Amino acid sequence: MLNDPRELCARANSIRRRNLIMLNHAGLGHTGGDLSATDILATLYFSILNIDPQVPDKADRDRFILSKGHCSGVLYTTLAEAGFIPLAELDTFMQPLSRLNGHPNRNKVPGVETNTGALGHGLPVAIGTALAAKFDDATWRTFVLTGDGELQEGSNWEAAMAAAHYKLDDLVLIIDRNRLQQGDATERTMHLEPLADKWRAFGWSVREVDGHDHAVLLGTFRSVPFELGKPSCVIAHTYKGQGVSFIRDRAEWHHRVPSKDELTIALEELGDNGHDPAL
Amino acid sequence: MTQLFDCRDAFANALVSLARADRRIVTVVNDSIGSSKITNFGEEFPGRLVNVGIAEQNMVGIAAGLANGGKIPFVCAASCFLTARALEQIKVDVAYSNANVKLCGMSSGLAYGELGPTHHSIEDLAWTRAIANMTVIVPADPIETEQAICAAAHFKGPMFLRISRMPVPIIHATDYHFEIGRAACLREGNDITLIANGTVVIRALQAAMLLAERGVQARVLNLATVRPIDREAIVQAATQTSGIVTLEEHTIFGGLGSAVAEVVVTTHPVPMRILGIQGVFAPTGSAPWLLDYFGLTPIAIRDAALELIEARQPV
Ligand SMILES: Cc1ncc(C[n+]2csc(CCOP(=O)(O)OP(=O)(O)O)c2C)c(N)n1
Ligand SMILES: [Mg+2]
Repeated sequence: MLNDPRELCARANSIRRRNLIMLNHAGLGHTGGDLSATDILATLYFSILNIDPQVPDKADRDRFILSKGHCSGVLYTTLAEAGFIPLAELDTFMQPLSRLNGHPNRNKVPGVETNTGALGHGLPVAIGTALAAKFDDATWRTFVLTGDGELQEGSNWEAAMAAAHYKLDDLVLIIDRNRLQQGDATERTMHLEPLADKWRAFGWSVREVDGHDHAVLLGTFRSVPFELGKPSCVIAHTYKGQGVSFIRDRAEWHHRVPSKDELTIALEELGDNGHDPAL
Repeated sequence: MTQLFDCRDAFANALVSLARADRRIVTVVNDSIGSSKITNFGEEFPGRLVNVGIAEQNMVGIAAGLANGGKIPFVCAASCFLTARALEQIKVDVAYSNANVKLCGMSSGLAYGELGPTHHSIEDLAWTRAIANMTVIVPADPIETEQAICAAAHFKGPMFLRISRMPVPIIHATDYHFEIGRAACLREGNDITLIANGTVVIRALQAAMLLAERGVQARVLNLATVRPIDREAIVQAATQTSGIVTLEEHTIFGGLGSAVAEVVVTTHPVPMRILGIQGVFAPTGSAPWLLDYFGLTPIAIRDAALELIEARQPV
């Protein structure tokens, strides 16, 4: 477990570098959303989640559900950095018969809790895992990450009601609020604001944070549940493509991937990661 | 090299021409403007494109309401999410209510390849053709796509169309006339019949050429309308040739092969082979790689046909 936000920052940088290399190699993937969620995943996997790569299915593990399954790239690189799958396997991303499919598959990849890729599925499943823990008076928790555009799916709001109804204070929803979806800005497509008020009205305890500030993320995730008897909602303000100037905050990078030249510039911008001289 | 086409272009162009002539035509999408290639439609008719965001159930319900209000809505969304997520809206709001909605399942079948089973739409024909009132169409090339979209606009009633993004060659002659419910015979032959639709019709034609090298004359039918099905063409194939091989970019459970078999076993039973995805979630791989992986290569199709013929010879 890392306690120093600077170490988390280095981890996140390493994940970004590996992820971009992997996306370039595959020629496919979702660069923007991977990069917006990287700091959240790095903080969860290296400082918050009670998980064990040696026993990925241990019964009392904290559950992390990536509802925005199109960002399998950041999940796989994080799982590889955390020791769930070999780092070398990242080269097989999207190759024929690879375990690393474009969207995560729990039957193939250790550490994946549920198969996602169709949006609006993660939160209902997370209600189920959180309920299961409650039934058993267990202490493990459920963290689920959704996109913001994803919240346009009605299933999320059905789940939102259920979470408050069942007082699931062992459940933490993190919204990757990067303000962009596939084709355009969320607010131009189907507006979501006032987002925090909506979650409050549905009975959740809400905090809005900088989704790229590791110290803030660490403090936030360490203080869940925000209120006893209520599910916690973290609206993480992020940028799609965070970390690389020409990718950041641009809708067209939703599912564009870096070319060889773009990768070189991106890696230069990200700079050394201090972990692995091979990168 | 034969030139290959993305049928979404023919689809989008047809939609724009139709919309110029008929103000009732509107589109309904789920953050899928780019992936449906209807950016031009949106620019020319900004007030007639409804983008509901990522909300397929709402999308189909809204389309039914628009139809009720006298519009002709074309719902343009990735087929996997349109059919799987909004199936009850398709059944109740569109089919049961008999709303004049055209459901255009974009990038159907295995087109999304390495994005995996959440994005594969290999059950959509089974689901939609099981629903009463539905007309189900799978065009095979840009010529047929354009005509099918025109036919859809003029047809009154619920319809599901598969619009693929997988590059396909032109297989129909320029004077081809698409008719709802009518199979097109692309090659005459009386030894065996190959029945296909959509992106794999070209593979049936290629297999027929391989069969001809073995002295077997295969009839090739493009069965673009899966429902209502062309019973007459199927019965003729069953009576005039010694067996039927179907191939589809779909699971073998409930799709084109099943639809053909339902006619064959109740009229003139002959041996069949049903080629397609064998009831499993596909492994990782690109769309063409997966088609080959599931045995939809011209050689495998030829061999299935030869097996069928051999099995019929009395020992
Ligand atoms: C049910 C469903 N509908 C549509 C899609 C296609 N799709 C994939 S990603 C995406 C945009 C997601 O936007 P957002 O949730 O904001 O994710 P992020 O910005 O973090 O990438 C869309 C529409 C899908 N995967 N699932
Ligand atoms: Mg977003």
